[in-house]
Amino acid sequence: MDTKKQNKLAIGALYGIAGLVVLILLALLGYILASGLPQLSWHFLTAPAKAFLKGGGVGVQLFNSFYLLILAMAISFPIALGAAIYLYEYARDNWVTTTIRTAIEILSSLPSVVVGLFGFLFFVVKLRLGFSILSGAFALTFFNLPLLTRSIEDSLRTIDLEQREGGLALGLSRWETVTRVILPAAVPSILTGVILSAGRVFGEAAALIYTAGQSAPALNFADWNPFNISSPLNPMRPAETLAVHIWKINSEGIMPDAKAISSGSSAVLIIAILLFNFAARYVGKRLYKRLTSA
Amino acid sequence: MFINNDVTKATANDVTKATAMLERHVVQPNDAGHPIILSTEDLHVFYGKKEALFEGDLQFGSNQITALIGPSGSGKSTYLRSLNRMNDRIATVTGKIMYRGVDINQPAIDVYEMRRRVGMVFQRPNPFAKSIYDNIAFALRLRGTTDKHELDEIVETSLKQAALWDQVKDDLNKSALALSGGQAQRLCIARAIAVKPDILLLDEPASALDPVSTSQLEDTLLDLKQHYTIIIVTHNMQQAARISEYTAFFNQGRVLEYDTTSQIFTNPQVQVTSDYVSGNFG
Repeated sequence: MDTKKQNKLAIGALYGIAGLVVLILLALLGYILASGLPQLSWHFLTAPAKAFLKGGGVGVQLFNSFYLLILAMAISFPIALGAAIYLYEYARDNWVTTTIRTAIEILSSLPSVVVGLFGFLFFVVKLRLGFSILSGAFALTFFNLPLLTRSIEDSLRTIDLEQREGGLALGLSRWETVTRVILPAAVPSILTGVILSAGRVFGEAAALIYTAGQSAPALNFADWNPFNISSPLNPMRPAETLAVHIWKINSEGIMPDAKAISSGSSAVLIIAILLFNFAARYVGKRLYKRLTSA
Repeated sequence: MFINNDVTKATANDVTKATAMLERHVVQPNDAGHPIILSTEDLHVFYGKKEALFEGDLQFGSNQITALIGPSGSGKSTYLRSLNRMNDRIATVTGKIMYRGVDINQPAIDVYEMRRRVGMVFQRPNPFAKSIYDNIAFALRLRGTTDKHELDEIVETSLKQAALWDQVKDDLNKSALALSGGQAQRLCIARAIAVKPDILLLDEPASALDPVSTSQLEDTLLDLKQHYTIIIVTHNMQQAARISEYTAFFNQGRVLEYDTTSQIFTNPQVQVTSDYVSGNFG
């Protein structure tokens, strides 16, 4: 076979594979949206779930998902950012950093159900946090930290070494160079990493089943005092998220419209992640413009 | 593979021995009008266990341009980067670097303050991902210059000195990343002189530029020497000949010859220098 033909064949095969991937994704998305969208209504999005009767909603679960996401991100992002800055900007390559990197790699391939069981034993039982949003947020932090650290470190790596030297040559300290030169330039790339991991966290179920719990007590959305048990902000209450809800009604749901609720919830989950992606991208662009006047 | 290695080693050793036996010719500048502002004494640089610079003993007169020339890997960039301690985390530098009577190669020196006196411009233009204005102003703001008028003035003067003002005065708030290579390099010079250094170190600043930008850059450097002492590493011998008063020739980690530029190019005393400047190797 001559080179030209070989090249054509290879390109054709690559197109085929890429097309197949896109097709599978579209089919999945289409199926979830087609079966889920008809179930959506304002009532479905806001009403509390019902255990035995028809017509329950996912309002509480939806709120729980966002609340947990924000808490988990608020805990894990600063830690991951600090760890990544240390690893890439400060640490020298020696056995300590190699050990840390290996540990991060192993942690990132840990099955989420193992993270969940660890969270159950450590946060729920040992630290007596109970089935609570806080336990869930800590478990998600463990789940999220390795990948987020890795992706932020990769973002820092994309910024040229010359940028750092430029900062140092102006008499800036290493810290000033990182915070004033490197981080602003790395914002879009860091944000992409944050979005990706946020999507993972938002859709995570296994790590939460044993930590944030599988029940969603009705909330009083007029009560924003975090110390009240029915307040949405109370971090010590059990909180079933949307992803856990989907898992639960599919495995043991006894309401008559379980299938419809499951389809509707799946659609909500996907739409929420899509919206989150677009919004974060928009904010990232604006932020980058403001920081770099590009 | 092993045989190959041995051969390389043997050759390297032979050459080192040969270089060591070679005569060196160093004439330090003694121009009364240009007092020595910077000098190095017995400077050695090690990358790990490997010695990259064996002895750097050079003196630099103020408001002059000194060119460091030599083949790739001869240690000239290593030497230059040691002068404002950019090699701190990369290499071990021993010996003295005397700047206005103070040895700046000692741990007690505030290296950040020192680098504001001894600025540096790099091989590849490296403007920050900020506006043209902020590229120059932000290091000043960090050190407490917050007055808008003062900043405006410094930005304008620096850009004028770097011969960039006329081209960018209407685009100060645009991103510096949109500048051409030559403009970006001049922005980097403006940025370096905005913090008011004494000495400017330039590490092959024109090697990524086209001929027109290069010649503009050389004109700029000739203007700048009224205010700054300039030490420039260059691969371009015509460039060294055009702009510098003194030239140091580096080879295999040693300064083999140091003299006025005209001497180096018209009447080199060391055979290797003569071979190099006449283009026989390098």
